[in-house]
Amino acid sequence: MDNQINLVDTSDSGITNKHRLKNFMERFMQAVFFVCALMSIVAVIIICLFMFYNGIPAMKEIGFFKFLFGGTWLPTATKPSFGIAPMILGSIYVTAGALIIGVPIGLFTAIFMAKFCPKKLYKFLMPPINLLAGIPSIIYGFFGVIVLVPFVRNTFGGNGNSILTASILLGMMILPTVVGMSESALRAVPESYYEGAVALGATHERAVAKVIFPAAKSGIAAAVVLAIGRAIGETMAVILVAGNQPRFAGGILDGVRTLTSNIVMEMGYATGLHYDALIATGVVLFVFILIINILLNVITSKKKS
Amino acid sequence: MEEKMKTYKKHPLSLVFKIITVVAITITVAVFLLIVGYVLIKGVPHLSPKLFEWKYTSENASMMTSIITTFEMVLISLIIAAPLGIFCAIYLVEYAKRGNKAVKLIRLTTETLSGIPSIIYGIFGNLFFVLALKWDYSIMAGAWTLSIMVLPLIIRSTEEALKSVDDSYREGSFGLGAGKLRTIFVIVLPSAISGILSGVILAIGRVVGETAALVFTSGTIAQLAGLFDSSSTLAVHMYTLSSEGLYMDEAAATGVVLMVSVLLLNFLASFIAKKFKKG
Repeated sequence: MDNQINLVDTSDSGITNKHRLKNFMERFMQAVFFVCALMSIVAVIIICLFMFYNGIPAMKEIGFFKFLFGGTWLPTATKPSFGIAPMILGSIYVTAGALIIGVPIGLFTAIFMAKFCPKKLYKFLMPPINLLAGIPSIIYGFFGVIVLVPFVRNTFGGNGNSILTASILLGMMILPTVVGMSESALRAVPESYYEGAVALGATHERAVAKVIFPAAKSGIAAAVVLAIGRAIGETMAVILVAGNQPRFAGGILDGVRTLTSNIVMEMGYATGLHYDALIATGVVLFVFILIINILLNVITSKKKS
Repeated sequence: MEEKMKTYKKHPLSLVFKIITVVAITITVAVFLLIVGYVLIKGVPHLSPKLFEWKYTSENASMMTSIITTFEMVLISLIIAAPLGIFCAIYLVEYAKRGNKAVKLIRLTTETLSGIPSIIYGIFGNLFFVLALKWDYSIMAGAWTLSIMVLPLIIRSTEEALKSVDDSYREGSFGLGAGKLRTIFVIVLPSAISGILSGVILAIGRVVGETAALVFTSGTIAQLAGLFDSSSTLAVHMYTLSSEGLYMDEAAATGVVLMVSVLLLNFLASFIAKKFKKG
């Protein structure tokens, strides 16, 4: 009898021990998951801290207005001058150009894919569009060098490294972003909108253009904003085709330097204030991107409510 | 068909609209074919054995060292990013309660991370890993930079995959007496594995194709390197070759290897994802 009770007792405490261990593991792993989840917050904070901490003092030293609105960039001269206005404008030019070329094509492509495409064809048309997003930017850049630059030089004149070339290339690069997001926005419009329009006598095309398209406009706006972010942040493709002269461009066949290429071209050898000025260039780009992110958030959260 | 032509005759604008969309999709697909076609045509004839020699010299412009560096880079950045990303997604889907403030912040920062362009990651990597942590230009610095860059991609795809696991699986597991942890690792993760895998493969594609974030973190030297040495990945190698302008043929051949591997990775990812949607 005694023996038996003893047995029961020990196994009992075994269970509670096991239970305790299990409980501990549950809690421990939950904590691990939580800590991992916090990593993206930590990353954003560290990135912001390091960018601003290293960039702002340079801006102060150069002079905030001189830096942002100064028109001459002569970082290695005996009397160096750090004005990034040409680069800010350069980034804006090529981004605008990319939107002018990429957004209409992308939007109409999205309309075709969402509303006109026969099902059998869809299977073959979708993979190329998706794969466009996967092609590395250096490949786009190389394509720009061997195809677009000679093309622009021969058709429009100039030396080929120009705003126009960069705009065409960036327009190609933002296509998958524009198509993907606007297609899902178009598909999210309730079928009843379409049916109502058709019932009122609209043709299929008219219903799509006048009813579905306007109804999807906030999703499409989000697509365009995202495309702006892509285009303004693109580096390696632009640097190979844009010419990179740090001056105000006179026309779309002139070369231009963007914020991104300014950093890549000079960071390898820059020291001292020059290096810090490049970080500050990055900060300006970073602020642009943060504004775009906030805009995107506003648009998508409006859509939800 | 005839009836359609009749409507178009009555409404010519509708026809015009449709034609414009057809032109647009043609351009989009043509852009893809043009890029892939040109790189293949320019590159394939120059794929020669000397490009795969073990040592890089200015004569052979070999990409072998860069291929090895690319493997190292992929391996290390995934060792860092995959567990972090997957665990983060597990927390978001399995543990976080509705309306949790931390979750909102995590979502916001993840979105922010995915919107940051790679050159900013490059600057940050240079400031933090290369200079502040004194790792110098090294594969390690590059891999850490890239692991932050691909983190949102892994988090988002894992989240989607976990969400698509039916709740009845979890309830069944709980009902049989399994704890939460056991349910996650034995029931939920295996059912979501193909979605997670396709996200990880996409992340590999990003790492392989990345240039701007690496030029100032892992550097541009073509050499066989340990983890704390500087070495260029395939994409960076291609950039140095094509920006010098002297090695355009070699750059094209390198481009073929790079493009084909990235396209295959993307293809594999969507293939696995599709399989998972059906199964």
